[in-house]
Amino acid sequence: MSSTSTIVSLPDQSTAKMPKRHYINNEHGLLSWLLTGDHKRIAILYLISITFFFFIGGAFAGLIRLELLTPQPDLVAADTYNKFFTMHGIIMIFLFLVPSVPATLGNFLIPIMLGAKDLAFPKINLLSWYLYLIGGTLTLAALVLGGVDTGWTFTTPLSTHYLNTHVITAASAIFVAGFSSIFTGLNFIVTIHRMRCPGMTWFRMPLFVWSHYAASLLMVLGTPVLAIALVLVLLERLIGIGVFDPTKGGDPLLFQHLFWFYSHPAVYIMILPGMGVISEVISTFSRKRVFGYTAVAFSSVAIALFGFFVWEHHMFIMGVSNYSALVFSLLTMLVAVPSAIKIFNWAFTLYKGSITFETPMLYAFGFMGLFTIGGLTGVFLGSLGMDIHLTETYFIVAHFHFVMVGGMLMAFLAGVHFWWPKMTGRMYPESLSKLAAVTTFIGFNLTFLPQFILGYLGMPRRYHAYPPEFQVLNVLSTAGATVLGVGYMLPLLYLGWSLKYGAIAGNNPWQATGLEWQIQSPPLTENFLETPIVEHEAYDYDWLANKTRNEVTTVG
Amino acid sequence: MGISPVLWQFLTKWLHASALFPAEASGISPYVDALYFFLLLMTVVGTALVAALVFGFSIRYRRARNPVATQIDGSTLMEATWTIIPLAIFLLVFVWGALLYFRIYNPPTNAMNIYVVGKQWMWKAEHPGGQHEINALHVPTGQPVQLTMISQDVFHSFSIPDFRVKREVIPGRYSTVWFEATQPGQYHLFCTQYCGTQHSGMIGEITVLTPDDYKKWLQESTSGMSLAQNGERLFASMGCNACHSGNAAARGPNLAGVYGSRLTLANGSDVLVNDAYLRDAILNPSQHVTAGYAPIMPTYQGQISEDGLIDLVEYIKNLQSNYRIQQTLVTSSSDAAAPTTPPQGTITPYMVKP
Repeated sequence: MSSTSTIVSLPDQSTAKMPKRHYINNEHGLLSWLLTGDHKRIAILYLISITFFFFIGGAFAGLIRLELLTPQPDLVAADTYNKFFTMHGIIMIFLFLVPSVPATLGNFLIPIMLGAKDLAFPKINLLSWYLYLIGGTLTLAALVLGGVDTGWTFTTPLSTHYLNTHVITAASAIFVAGFSSIFTGLNFIVTIHRMRCPGMTWFRMPLFVWSHYAASLLMVLGTPVLAIALVLVLLERLIGIGVFDPTKGGDPLLFQHLFWFYSHPAVYIMILPGMGVISEVISTFSRKRVFGYTAVAFSSVAIALFGFFVWEHHMFIMGVSNYSALVFSLLTMLVAVPSAIKIFNWAFTLYKGSITFETPMLYAFGFMGLFTIGGLTGVFLGSLGMDIHLTETYFIVAHFHFVMVGGMLMAFLAGVHFWWPKMTGRMYPESLSKLAAVTTFIGFNLTFLPQFILGYLGMPRRYHAYPPEFQVLNVLSTAGATVLGVGYMLPLLYLGWSLKYGAIAGNNPWQATGLEWQIQSPPLTENFLETPIVEHEAYDYDWLANKTRNEVTTVG
Repeated sequence: MGISPVLWQFLTKWLHASALFPAEASGISPYVDALYFFLLLMTVVGTALVAALVFGFSIRYRRARNPVATQIDGSTLMEATWTIIPLAIFLLVFVWGALLYFRIYNPPTNAMNIYVVGKQWMWKAEHPGGQHEINALHVPTGQPVQLTMISQDVFHSFSIPDFRVKREVIPGRYSTVWFEATQPGQYHLFCTQYCGTQHSGMIGEITVLTPDDYKKWLQESTSGMSLAQNGERLFASMGCNACHSGNAAARGPNLAGVYGSRLTLANGSDVLVNDAYLRDAILNPSQHVTAGYAPIMPTYQGQISEDGLIDLVEYIKNLQSNYRIQQTLVTSSSDAAAPTTPPQGTITPYMVKP
């Protein structure tokens, strides 16, 4: 253990001024945004579009919770309820969670963190946003035309033979949005391999980049399988090719294999970039190098690798061979380990740090607590005998919401607050945002902790009506969802407010080490005036302290 | 479990009374609950540990107390610790869960069989004695019950939370689950796999009776015809007996006693004749030709309902001799070999009711 002490004290940022020229005012007019190749502008386009879809998906969640306030099916008809949870799932997963961190923060930051001017393929980057938009529009079309009620899992033969809703529109939407995800992943992989600035070796990259690298591998290798599965569903529906139809010699379980072969890695596509955010935030507000950099970097890659070989744990009760279930359960246990490694490394990053508690840090702490619960309850479901009782109940609903909402959404909000000054040049209001972070945390636990109990009691998921003895816990959950809704509305309001009235942020309000903090906020279109040369490790606070000292002498 | 039985009883009693915990109404439930409590303990300890580290370090090393951070690269020893300990715990959970899984999904040999057909949006249970139930199932205590289940349309899932058992009900394929009920009473039956509009209406009641009450219930609810008797009628009316007559010259294999035996197929593979094989052989005969026979059997896909298939399977399962088959009039085509007449005065020939 080599250890040195550092104090970083940058000049006061309160006198900072907005730079005259930056990527936002470089060009004007709607077309300059819609035809841009600038990764930062595309990130902003993505941020606006995913926020839009997040609130649509959230509205459906609210309606679901409202219906479940009472055991009777009294708010909406059964079909309508089924459409609610289907649209909630499709929008939240394919249009919010999958692109959330990579397409916004990743898009904005990866080139800057690597010292590059842009991603490797700026036009493909723009294309991927348009594909996302087409996917989103098709989803909205399916919604407006009357909705779809397959569940986001599109289980055959229900989706192919037994429903007359807009399955084809919705499946095409996901098919198209999938290509948007593939292009983003491809762009990241090439950029990380080819566009690192001089001196930026693999092990000098911020962990944010490592986790995006792992997630990109999953996007590029996994998403095509989803596309295949969806095309087969469409062909089965349109011309009855019979791949999934037992009466024509097909196998209905085949669809589940294909679907989960993507959709399990997809949860790592969703969570890995969030983990990258947490590494940056915790290091910055502890003023300390991430504990076990290599272990955290490789655990991302390990998650990506193992993540491809656990899909059958979604099918333990579906009559798969008992022995194959054994193998998949064992691999599921193995994939849990790298996540545990990450959690402990983040916790020990705090050790001997100099910690402050700005909003991104509060969200990161929330992430650590909720993701730990989410991860450990995943072990329940990976354990074969336990899975039989728990799968397809509210336990699994609570589990994946702890990982996806408690984990990923917390990480997304941590990241948005953390890089907001860099993206917009202005600070968010600190005390209001702390209130939002705490509200979110409380609301989240109130919503989803009761669902674990409901699940063990046996309440099945996707139920429009339920036995009356489950009502108390459902009322708690709905109350929590209300609090959670407030927690999510707050950032929308005050971040919007801060665009005009927020304090000027300055280059490096957090005194962070990343390359993105060494340039002006908001950055120039070309990011750097001259190509940076990196001669220090990631999270090198000594380097930052010395750099600051030199700068001060130069100015003085 | 290292916990004392008295404490354990107290704990479970208290939990059941609190409406936050499901009843333990089957033989397997205490075992599932034991694993659950272990996992719960793991989660509480794990979360508490992370919380303690985060809060402890946050207080001890907050900027006001520790203005200068000490840079530390990491520690291989620590990394090894928090790799190996979680791995060991997870592997223990894996072994424990696997043992439980095999126990829940491998029925004992003395299990009594009940058929279940799932369809949008109801459960139909068929007892071998011919009792039919919709969205209900009566079972006795103290007797292992195996359910052989199939779906007529989409995926369903048969779940009895108070028994801690659940299994997907799949179109085109039998799946099985077994349990042994221990407490008489009424329990929820849920369909847990999303199956369309009335998914949440696909529920029912499991009624657990004492063996005596169960016997009484069986007698009161019989429809007069057992599944095997229904199957026999179907067997004759579909003309199966034309070929499967058991004669030496018959065009189809002898079915008496075939259930449970090992069969060599025309393609050289060796199969065990069970419910699933019989069903597949009826629906898709060309893939299941017994060695030595010509592939002449037509498919019955779409001609027999799942209920009918269950009747046929149950009939063939219990078929021990070909005597009655050979007594039955052949309706579809005549067999070259006429049925043999039994010696006069032994048994009065018995005709199946039309």
